[in-house]
Amino acid sequence: MATLQLREAIRDAMVEEMDRDSNVFLMGEEVADYNGAYKVSEGMLERFGERRVIDTPISENGFAGLGLGAAMNGLRPIIEFMTWNFAFVAMDQIVNNAAKIRYMSGGQFSFPIVFRGPNGAAGQLAATHNTTVEALYSCFPGLKVISVSNPDDAKGLLKSAIRDNDPVVFLESEFMYGMRGEVSEAEDYLISMGQARIAQEGDAVTIIGHNKSYWRALEAAAMLADDGYQAEVIDPRTIRPFDWEAVIRSVKKTNRCVVVDESNPFASVAAEVAFQIQHRAFDWLDAPVRRVTAKDTPAPYARNLMDHYLPGAEDVYRACREVMYL
Amino acid sequence: MAIAVEMPKMTDTMQEGVLVAWLVEEGSTIAAGDVIAQVETDKATMDVEAYDDGVLLQRVAEEGDALPIGSLIAILGKAGEDASAVLSEYQGVSRPDKAPTEDPAEPAVAPKEGIASPMAAAESGRIKVSPLARKMAADHGLSLTHLAGSGPEGRIIKRDIASALASRDEPEQVPGVREYTSIRITQMRKAIARRLAESKFTSPHFYLTADVSMERCVEARRAINKWQEDRGEKGISYNDFVTKACAVSLAQHPAVNSSYHAEDGEIRQYSYVDIGIAVALEEGLVTPVVRDAHSRSLLEIAAETRALAARARNRQLQPEEMAGSTFTTSNLGMFGIESFTAIINPPNAAILAIGAIRDVPVVEDGRIEAGKRMHLTLSCDHRAVDGATGARFLAAVQAYLEEPLTLLL
Repeated sequence: MATLQLREAIRDAMVEEMDRDSNVFLMGEEVADYNGAYKVSEGMLERFGERRVIDTPISENGFAGLGLGAAMNGLRPIIEFMTWNFAFVAMDQIVNNAAKIRYMSGGQFSFPIVFRGPNGAAGQLAATHNTTVEALYSCFPGLKVISVSNPDDAKGLLKSAIRDNDPVVFLESEFMYGMRGEVSEAEDYLISMGQARIAQEGDAVTIIGHNKSYWRALEAAAMLADDGYQAEVIDPRTIRPFDWEAVIRSVKKTNRCVVVDESNPFASVAAEVAFQIQHRAFDWLDAPVRRVTAKDTPAPYARNLMDHYLPGAEDVYRACREVMYL
Repeated sequence: MAIAVEMPKMTDTMQEGVLVAWLVEEGSTIAAGDVIAQVETDKATMDVEAYDDGVLLQRVAEEGDALPIGSLIAILGKAGEDASAVLSEYQGVSRPDKAPTEDPAEPAVAPKEGIASPMAAAESGRIKVSPLARKMAADHGLSLTHLAGSGPEGRIIKRDIASALASRDEPEQVPGVREYTSIRITQMRKAIARRLAESKFTSPHFYLTADVSMERCVEARRAINKWQEDRGEKGISYNDFVTKACAVSLAQHPAVNSSYHAEDGEIRQYSYVDIGIAVALEEGLVTPVVRDAHSRSLLEIAAETRALAARARNRQLQPEEMAGSTFTTSNLGMFGIESFTAIINPPNAAILAIGAIRDVPVVEDGRIEAGKRMHLTLSCDHRAVDGATGARFLAAVQAYLEEPLTLLL
């Protein structure tokens, strides 16, 4: 195992796949000359040259469409958005073209393309630069959605995403780029999409969290452990496809569940998870499913308000005790 | 068309009645006004009269049934007439006096095979239970009806089922356990429980005690009773002196002769004095009322009290004879009780507890003499009566008893 930062694990995944397949290339704002706004692509221009590591103008809809055209013609683009907040202007390409043309063309065209970049809250960046988009892209059949919480998953899942023949939305985190973690050094380290990771086994309560929320789940589990309760913590890792089996198996064991999600609450990933649990495990529930999400407002700017806005470990801990009737 | 006979509302406070006895057989012809059954209410056993002529087609209620007001008890009609339409109209309909407080509509879920159906409970209307707990109960054939839920709002949850199953699995009887006799709570006892609990929990009681010198009352009673005896008339009791003293004092202290009505925002002071007198019966107690006691003589009060007590012991009191008191007395002196505190009989503002007359040494002019003393303890509803008000009233009662000649004034 190697200890890598999240950005290094993502870079390794891209480099390995570009070494392996000359059709893979990286395109986005500042990815080449500047070595990436968050230094994810550092050294890649030098290694692969400007034909395969391409700086674009500030025109997300344009280069997203350029990538789709390339994918339709047999290449395997990786499109980096400097943040997913900027990708809203590219939604027509992602939602109407990437997600639907394979379906509308009766399978004549496929899109082996990865859209990736940091997602979710990133500090005092105010309302427009703090959006969490897992639920948004998961709304559209035809897109696969991955949201990673650690370097090892990032490497294994990004490599799988690049090799997948369908469009994949790959969600990272600005806050976590510098986070270090053990990463497998296995050759061709691939993690299949649709497989949740049971991070910690337990029988007292199931806590589900992806991306940064996974860490809030773990922190709450540690607080519960201090109280003498062993929580089961699940990182779904991929939102579409979602590993319902893992979640339902766990809920049938613990009889209660708290879903942590940095999204705004309405129609969030947590909302869908809560629906699926009551639908598939109704007779095993001893308490209503609770979710802990961002508040139902745009993200505030002030630090104290931002702390209040985001789901915190203490909130998760309290929700767990509530569904445990403690 | 067949006619329904319903459980009638026979007293103001009646919520349900027990059908004690049927007096008419099915198939008999009856006329309006005929007594067809007897019903035990919270106050007394009363006759149920038919409102219509006809043939008693069916006795729906069984003797011993406790039924809410408005429940179908019998069906009248023409001989041979079909009663099923009336029966189906009342099917499953029970009409409690008060509407349920929440969620009157549907039960939580449809009853499933193997699960006792949720209580048709008048109280909450539905059983709250987590899906898991419901399934566990069904799997183990456990009835949810009598389980107490420990979750929010009484929700039955996994741990409640687990503990119920654990206790069910315990051996049934531990050797040496003492048994008890189950006694059905009568309508009268229910009324006592409800009214006195309501009184003690809603009216803030305070208590004033006076030690009354009874020598003159003893002399006066002896003289009056000799007078009566010589004429072949019945005598009077010490209790009658107290009733009379209270009646006169209440007329002078209307603040004590009152009742507190929060809902109407008023305290009612009565211009008449109707004194309830607690009478102990084997199965409980009743309080027949001596009307207009302030304007009646000692002998009249004595005669009336005697008659009411006799009727009470023979269960002949009608509800209206027990309603509408403005003040109540309770006497345990005959049991040798020196003093006690009584619970106010709502809606009265006060009640007087009367103790035994004791022979006690008293100090008079520096010398110890043989004296006769009686404790009177007044319980007051502080919402209507303040301490000084109650004290002035009790002092007046004491003064009249210590100088009973003044009762003639």
